[in-house]
Amino acid sequence: MVALSLKLQDLIEEIRGAKTQAQEREVIQKECAHIRASFRDGDPVHRHRQLAKLLYVHMLGYPAHFGQMECLKLIASSRFTDKRVGYLGAMLLLDERHDAHLLITNSIKNDLSQGIQPVQGLALCTLSTMGSAEMCRDLAPEVEKLLLQPSPYVRKKAILTAVHMIRKVPELSSVFLPPCVHLLHERHHGKAVGLPILCFSSVDRRIENRMGTPAHRRRVVHTHRHTRNRLSCPWPPPFTSPTLTPGILLGTITLITELCERSPAALKHFRKVVPQLVQILRTLVTTGYSTEHSISGVSDPFLQDQETCGGEEVQILRLLRILGRNHEESSETMNDLLAQVATNTDTSRNAGNAVLFETVLTIMDIHSAAGLRVLAVNILGRFLLNSDRNIRYVALTSLLRLVQSDHSAVQRHRPTVVDCLQETDASLSRRALELSLALVNSSNVRAMMQELQAFLESCPPDLRADCASGILLAAERFAPTKRWHIDTILHVLTTAGTHVRDDAVANLTQLIGGAQELHAYSVHRLYNALAEDISQQPLVQVAAWCIGEYGDLLLEGNCEEIEPLQVDEEEVLALLEKVLQSHMSLPATRGYALTALMKLSTRLQGNNKSCLDVELQQRAVEYDTLFRKYDHMRAAILEKMPLVERDGPQADEEAKQSKAAAQLSEAAPAPTEPQASQLLDLLDLLDGASGDAQHPPPLDPSPGGALVYLLDLPCAPPPPAPIPDLKVFEREGVQLNLSFIRPPENPALLLITITATNSSEGDVTNFICQAAVPKSLQLQLQAPSGNTVPARGGLPITQLFRILNPNKAPLRLKLRLTYNHFHQSVQEIFEVNNLPVESWQ
Amino acid sequence: MIKFFLMVNKQGQTRLSKYYEHVDINKRTLLETEVIKSCLSRSNEQCSFIEYKDFKLIYRQYAALFIVVGVNDTENEMAIYEFIHNFVEVLDEYFSQVICIYVAKGTIPCFLKDLENIYRVSLLLSFGLVILANY
Repeated sequence: MVALSLKLQDLIEEIRGAKTQAQEREVIQKECAHIRASFRDGDPVHRHRQLAKLLYVHMLGYPAHFGQMECLKLIASSRFTDKRVGYLGAMLLLDERHDAHLLITNSIKNDLSQGIQPVQGLALCTLSTMGSAEMCRDLAPEVEKLLLQPSPYVRKKAILTAVHMIRKVPELSSVFLPPCVHLLHERHHGKAVGLPILCFSSVDRRIENRMGTPAHRRRVVHTHRHTRNRLSCPWPPPFTSPTLTPGILLGTITLITELCERSPAALKHFRKVVPQLVQILRTLVTTGYSTEHSISGVSDPFLQDQETCGGEEVQILRLLRILGRNHEESSETMNDLLAQVATNTDTSRNAGNAVLFETVLTIMDIHSAAGLRVLAVNILGRFLLNSDRNIRYVALTSLLRLVQSDHSAVQRHRPTVVDCLQETDASLSRRALELSLALVNSSNVRAMMQELQAFLESCPPDLRADCASGILLAAERFAPTKRWHIDTILHVLTTAGTHVRDDAVANLTQLIGGAQELHAYSVHRLYNALAEDISQQPLVQVAAWCIGEYGDLLLEGNCEEIEPLQVDEEEVLALLEKVLQSHMSLPATRGYALTALMKLSTRLQGNNKSCLDVELQQRAVEYDTLFRKYDHMRAAILEKMPLVERDGPQADEEAKQSKAAAQLSEAAPAPTEPQASQLLDLLDLLDGASGDAQHPPPLDPSPGGALVYLLDLPCAPPPPAPIPDLKVFEREGVQLNLSFIRPPENPALLLITITATNSSEGDVTNFICQAAVPKSLQLQLQAPSGNTVPARGGLPITQLFRILNPNKAPLRLKLRLTYNHFHQSVQEIFEVNNLPVESWQ
Repeated sequence: MIKFFLMVNKQGQTRLSKYYEHVDINKRTLLETEVIKSCLSRSNEQCSFIEYKDFKLIYRQYAALFIVVGVNDTENEMAIYEFIHNFVEVLDEYFSQVICIYVAKGTIPCFLKDLENIYRVSLLLSFGLVILANY
């Protein structure tokens, strides 16, 4: 098998015969193994064939890097067939990343200077394809020499190589600038031929014969036409140069374009040739062909051929665009020409359209007259009506670019653009959407919005997000009235709620909050929308927020703008509950709903206050369970507060509720004052008495505290009112006070703390207090804190009595005091009157 | 600027590929499959220009063969579209044994059979396209 290596043709047959991908891979792998073996053996005769097969395989996408060194060997050989394959291999396999590519520099240099044109052609070709920066620098002088060669096809290749070099090494522009100028006005007769074909023509007789027939030659053009133009350049002194071959013309234009892009000096220089370029282009457009050969006396029938792809015109237009950019003078010279091109180009064929399009692009880029720009827009408008989708696409893209600068001109085509929204093609409808959004302004906003909303309902899902955000943005900028704005946003939310951006909710809430007169209207509409459908999260969030804020307006029921709807509190609460429990709701949405419920609890009047309490407590429990499940969301949704340790469900609930309340006070953007005061009222209702500082826990007006009370025990009666202190004894500055505590968990217990204070000048010493109560009560005396009270308000003595009163018998208390004061012993026995009723009831 | 030039048949097999910028071999196959997928899934109703990542793809179908050119943003799509057709006409004339182009049969271009012709096509592609390849 190894001895007889396949010819390339046979390999191709085999590969194509493979039925599956796997089979193909097998064949190829087998062959690659043979090729590798052959390279190792170093067989020079068949090397080119092996490399050819390798290249074919490489083209199909299989790795072929082991052929790189073989390319070098082949290039260095003297046979043309070897060189051919070698250079082709170099182009395909070598590139800048591999160091091996530098090795061919020398070979190329030799080949370039040898003077055999096909070989030079090959070398130039390779250089232009994969030449790296170093190679270009080394070989620039050779290429420059070849630029001025008499023979056309080497020159063409040299021009293109120069283009590549300038791209790689911009500093070489200075090297290529002078020859370029020469090229523009070189005298030349040429024939229309394809560029690469020539490199074979001298070798392959067969091809040459074929080339000989004019009919074939005509067709084998890349982008060629003759010009009949005389091109003269101010410096150096002009030749009466008739023509350039189209190949050279095209190549030269490319080179000049490249130079102008890289170097401002070249730009300035070539601006001078603008008139000549204009002339060439004009000729190309008007005559469409050249009769150059009639000048030289040879009439070639094929030159009458009109077939062209317009490549030259496009290229020249592009160059003009670069030259005319930001330069008034050149732009003016071009104006007429561009108008002429625009009107004269034959649009029945696609090539004409391509040229027109390039004209439009040029007009857009240079400083053109206003009339010309309008012409450009009109051309694009005409394109829009064309049945060919490609042209419509191209028109939409360009109009998008033009809409900023020539807004009014583009507006005239608005209906057509809107029609394009109905396109089935995704890229077209996307472009149409962008353009429509750009065309919205304050005068047409209502009509456009209607169209866009209709589009939103029917558009493919990937465009929905863009469409929705576009509509919202446009509405924001151009909304005629606030109500219309709210309506629009509402509509967008109901249609495409899941696709809107996150800040849409925030924007809408802000908007509604700011529009005072529309509160009732918005809340009604949102309520209706919510009642119908709770699946669209942004809508639900906004609706929940709104109901929370303006729930009272909703319940009032009357609003002039829409039909009055009687809504009960029950319905509202039921709806919010549904939102809370729905599995479709995100945690954020549940947060909104819960907040709304909280707010409603403060705003709704309450004879069903107790039911609200129960509701809230129930909500709180639900909230708690929810957060057990979605623990990770806690920080995200609630305010960031230090988390209370979980000592018990009670404390936990308290913590949660305080947090919820904090969020409540934080989240309400509008009035917090009335809300806080409402909470205080609530406090009053529940507790009866306000603010006794000594009563633990301290009764602060913070909502947290209030809700702690709310929460205390779901089934316990409201906590007892604090019992006021009682002063029972006073003598010469010595005072005895009683303070009462009835702990809630033990109703039979009464704790009395006696406090003995001394405001006199003398100390009180040996202070003993004894007490007696009726038989049905039990009394326990705890040890006093001390038995000395220093003078002048020193540290008082406290002592705790525990009285158990299970039968709630009336409390009577007799006290006996003995102490020394002012060196006198004092003894007092008395019964305490005015004991408060609450101490024993 | 032209980034790449592909000829792909309807089964998704690449018949000819030419890259004007370096792309790794394995990335090439990936790129080709994705490009082919987006071209094959287009119907006749849709336009020939597709946006794919940061390229624009311009494709044209000739019987069972798709010719796809990937360009960057600065290119005139219509011109490239015309260019593809022009290229095919050149091939048609030059290798007169090309049957498939104007005939509605599902054959793959025969010109790739010939050893020499591969060079020609490749060189045509390499060199002939250098002009437009950079715009």
